[in-house]
Amino acid sequence: MTAVALDVKAQGRRPLLGQRRRAESRVGWLLVTPLLCGLILFLIAPCLAVLVMAFTDWQLGAGHINFTGLTNFADLAGDNVVRISARNTVVYALMVAPLSVAIGVWLAVLIERSPIGRAFFRSIFFLPVVSTTVAMAIVWEFLLHPAIGPLNTAIALLGLPPQGFLNNANTVLATLAAIGVWENAGYNMVLVMAGLKTIPRDLYDAAAVDGADRPYERFWTVTLPMLGPTLVFVVIVSFLRSFRVFETVAAITQGGPRRASEVVLFTIYQEGFVFFRVGYASALTVVFVLVLLAITLIKFRLLDRSVHYG
Amino acid sequence: MIRRLARELPRLIALSLAALIVLAPFAYMVAFSVKSSSEIFSGSLSLLPAGLDGFGNYARVLAERPILRYLLNGAIVCAGILLFQLIFAIPCAYALAKLRFRGREFVLGVVLFGLLIPIQATSLPIYVGLAYTRLIDTYAALIVPFASSVFAVFMFRQFFRTIPNDLIDSARLDGCDEFSVITRIVLPLTMPAATAFGIFSVVSHWNDLFWPLIAIRSPELNTPPIGLLAFRSAEAGDRYGELMAGTAIITAPLVLAFLFAQRRFIEGISLGALKG
Repeated sequence: MTAVALDVKAQGRRPLLGQRRRAESRVGWLLVTPLLCGLILFLIAPCLAVLVMAFTDWQLGAGHINFTGLTNFADLAGDNVVRISARNTVVYALMVAPLSVAIGVWLAVLIERSPIGRAFFRSIFFLPVVSTTVAMAIVWEFLLHPAIGPLNTAIALLGLPPQGFLNNANTVLATLAAIGVWENAGYNMVLVMAGLKTIPRDLYDAAAVDGADRPYERFWTVTLPMLGPTLVFVVIVSFLRSFRVFETVAAITQGGPRRASEVVLFTIYQEGFVFFRVGYASALTVVFVLVLLAITLIKFRLLDRSVHYG
Repeated sequence: MIRRLARELPRLIALSLAALIVLAPFAYMVAFSVKSSSEIFSGSLSLLPAGLDGFGNYARVLAERPILRYLLNGAIVCAGILLFQLIFAIPCAYALAKLRFRGREFVLGVVLFGLLIPIQATSLPIYVGLAYTRLIDTYAALIVPFASSVFAVFMFRQFFRTIPNDLIDSARLDGCDEFSVITRIVLPLTMPAATAFGIFSVVSHWNDLFWPLIAIRSPELNTPPIGLLAFRSAEAGDRYGELMAGTAIITAPLVLAFLFAQRRFIEGISLGALKG
């Protein structure tokens, strides 16, 4: 009965509906087109161009352009600077990502349980995220200055010799990593706090009934396991951010001393925009972006999954 | 109560110590921005200046370096980028969320693909293109590459999907055309999402170094980070008081804005995690 009624109604509306569909389609394309044009110009075309240029010997300003096949990629594999740069970037990320996530979790859990000052502490730890990285890099450079930096003044008061943290090839990468941790811990803390909110209170009560009511017991039996998916997500985001380290290197060390802080983005910047070896820099970009892409795809997989279960 | 407080005390002490470490660079930046050169070079640790001479650092820096110009450039570039991003992204996101049309899945696919691509991937061809069209070293070079933001589309689409269809349908029944549906119904509801996105966008472009370093050469176009770098290399490390004063001035706008709207900033910036 209702089916018939619906059918009649639908039949009566069909011509109108068709018209509205067409109108809707027109409006839809009208609304989408400006952005789509922008994407073709500034996303699709450049992506294709970088792929093509990676197989050429093109230099900006040079009249000629030759397809050189895989030569650029072969050169990359044999390029000492690129090898050092890749290794430095990985070492940097391996220091920054785990440490900044661990500290982020620690801060988030402490703040979440704190009876007072939650918003206060959260804002303080987030402050480095908001601050201009270049500005803070300059401040850090001054703080760590071998002769007049306050940190070295303090070290001298303890009777120890002054350290050239950023001028020493053995310590420069670790020092930049420390600055990276300082900058990223608050960011990870905020992401973890969002994850903590989703943990049901009853779980802690249940754990307490089972005898786990000391803070560290609660952390290992409830918080950490329940935080699992969030944590993997935060770790991946941290790695993506650390692989793209550029500001501190460009502002303070320029890759030195003796290439000890040369990182991939800085190498790309120099090859492409300082030496204008566009073909070669494109090849390096393609490899770098493919690595980032692989990690990003894992991240989206996880996001998808957490949506389904959530 | 006292027992509870005693139990919480270690946690508060730990948090306070961590806060001191995080704040130390800011404290020293401000402290040394009002110290005289002679005091700085005598190796001082104190957070208070020994005399009043150093307070002239701010006046000297503002007189000698176009710091205010850098700030103005930063504001122009960020406002330009955000304006275009909203104008392009909001209609597109609305269409993708609420309208049915052939090719919608395709457009959505392009947007999702764009989410995967970092700016560094496209910067070389964009630079070459801008160089050939003689747009390099202009405000346009700083703004246009970011005008169509897939991230904005993605975010606004997610948001528009939460607006009930009934609301939009009843507006249509009342005789609203698609344009007034957007301006009268959808946009007012969008303000919180737009604010969050706006903060994300402004903070990332205000602080960005990579693209401005590539796109501009003229000192008049310097954005705050580049201006600061130019200042640093010009002084070659002997006027640290002025350098810290300049750094403090450049850092101040975002930090002050953050202190006024902490919750919104944290919301907006953590959005970026989706993009990576």
